[in-house]
Amino acid sequence: MTAAEHGHGGGMPRRDFLIVATGTVAVVGAAAAVWPLVDSMNPASDTLALASTEVDLGPIAEGQSITVQWRGKPVFIRHRTADEIKQARATDAATLPDPMRDEERAPNAKWLVLVGVCTHLGCIPLGQKNAEPKGEFGGWFCPCHGSHYDTSGRIRKGPAPANLEVPKYTFLTDTKVRIG
Amino acid sequence: MSEMQLKNPMLRWIEYRLPIFSFIDHSVGSQYPAPKNLNYWWNFGSLAGIALVMQIATGIMLAMHYTPHADMAFDSVERIMREVNYGWLLRYFHANGASLFFLVVYIHIFRGLYYGSYKYPRELLWWFGLIIFVLMMATAFMGYVLPWGQMSYWAATVITNLFTAIPWIGVGITEWLWGGFTVGNPTLVRFYSLHYLLPFVIVGAVFLHLWALHQHKSNNPLGIDIKGPQDTIPFHPYYTYKDLVGLGVFLVVLFGFVFYHPNYMGHPDNYIPANPLQTPAHIVPEWYFLPFYAILRAIPSKLGGVIVMAASILVLFLIPWLDTSRVRSTKFRPVYRWFFIFLVIDVVLLGIVGAKPPEGIWILIGRLATLYYFLHFIIFMPFVGWFERPLPIPDSIHQPVLGAAVGAAAAGENKR
Repeated sequence: MTAAEHGHGGGMPRRDFLIVATGTVAVVGAAAAVWPLVDSMNPASDTLALASTEVDLGPIAEGQSITVQWRGKPVFIRHRTADEIKQARATDAATLPDPMRDEERAPNAKWLVLVGVCTHLGCIPLGQKNAEPKGEFGGWFCPCHGSHYDTSGRIRKGPAPANLEVPKYTFLTDTKVRIG
Repeated sequence: MSEMQLKNPMLRWIEYRLPIFSFIDHSVGSQYPAPKNLNYWWNFGSLAGIALVMQIATGIMLAMHYTPHADMAFDSVERIMREVNYGWLLRYFHANGASLFFLVVYIHIFRGLYYGSYKYPRELLWWFGLIIFVLMMATAFMGYVLPWGQMSYWAATVITNLFTAIPWIGVGITEWLWGGFTVGNPTLVRFYSLHYLLPFVIVGAVFLHLWALHQHKSNNPLGIDIKGPQDTIPFHPYYTYKDLVGLGVFLVVLFGFVFYHPNYMGHPDNYIPANPLQTPAHIVPEWYFLPFYAILRAIPSKLGGVIVMAASILVLFLIPWLDTSRVRSTKFRPVYRWFFIFLVIDVVLLGIVGAKPPEGIWILIGRLATLYYFLHFIIFMPFVGWFERPLPIPDSIHQPVLGAAVGAAAAGENKR
């Protein structure tokens, strides 16, 4: 190696600097080129556009549940009985696996709105129809791996790590709700 | 490469320009030396390769009739069964072929475990085998989703939901995999694309597997190195024909399923079109995933279950170093042999547990069997290797066959 190859003044030789700089630019460029490929797999614009659903609550009698589809997922809407509300509100939230008060989950106590997807591995819990098992806590029971949810959709027993998700929703009128 | 004596002038013309015939002859022909003592357990490697080729061939034909769309996939599969000429044969061959491909690969893996084929200097060979195994699992899973029946849909849901266990970014990753907020049409189409791609990635990994194999040649039932030409016979014709015998047996079993019990290993629920609002009462994976499914369910925590299931495969990458015994073949390991038998029983037991609903005694059995699986590799493998006194090992591969006298003569010859 001669002084000319090292450049002047020592320190980092010019050639090493050029190699590192070129390599860095190449890596950044490659990452930038890969991103469109990766991002193309994310939900497309038309999939994102199907983001809200309106539901008429009028026909749902007390003690009855219906299932509607929102973003391809089932959403459970239950018209809770006074008993179910009492049960949900009487439970001490602090003792639960995923502590949350029923008042936060159902501000309008009569109506419980939940994403009907088990938080374990995504099965649909049973309990929407009267003939179906509702689990040990009177809410829902997931047949796949045995998770029990209570009348507030909170996880009480089984492998699921979290409560059934409460989607964003707003009451448009007393009997009309928009999910999403 | 040595000159090849080709009689046909046309072949000689090609060979002079592209030495493909001598390449084949050196790879799987008369110029590739294989240990002379290989038993029938050594059939399953080439058999797995043939099974891969058969899956690709039938899969390409099926792809010509299949429609990858959530509204049409199920009907297009039924059309293959009813209208397409020999469509039923192609589909049943492909579905049952996948099952037997796994059977062959599991036997191949346990063969490697018993005879210590993962040990020095074959660690990378073992790794590429495991990589092929993982790629096979991904390919089989995505292929199972394509008919878009109830089991397809819910298998896709449960398996992709494993990724939601990852803290913080899990849901984002899962929605990226789905291309939506649930398993849906975008998921089906990308699984179809990947199900077509991955078999060719497997072919690439198979080439690396074979490259590493040819570097140090096959291990053998005695687990000792090839010391000279007296220990080997040419791959062709000896092992090519032996492999063909095994292929014959394999095809008898495969066609037995295809013609007489084509749905034996399937689930009736998969003949119900996918319904995103109704989970079937019992979700059970295909038999070849059952041990891993049992391990997943043995851990009473979502993230924990996923981590332990992944670890059950990752631990296999470490066994070239976890096994401290210098003796390759378990034939000469009187203590480890028992542990090997227990491991086989344990994995079969895990498979049984995976098929049962997670209730009562099965939960306990599943947990104990999972614990034993890890104890085997992490505790017993290193400790037995340290304390065990192996049986005397023959000096060479040909000695037990031809006797010590010939062995000594041949060894002398070798020195010159």
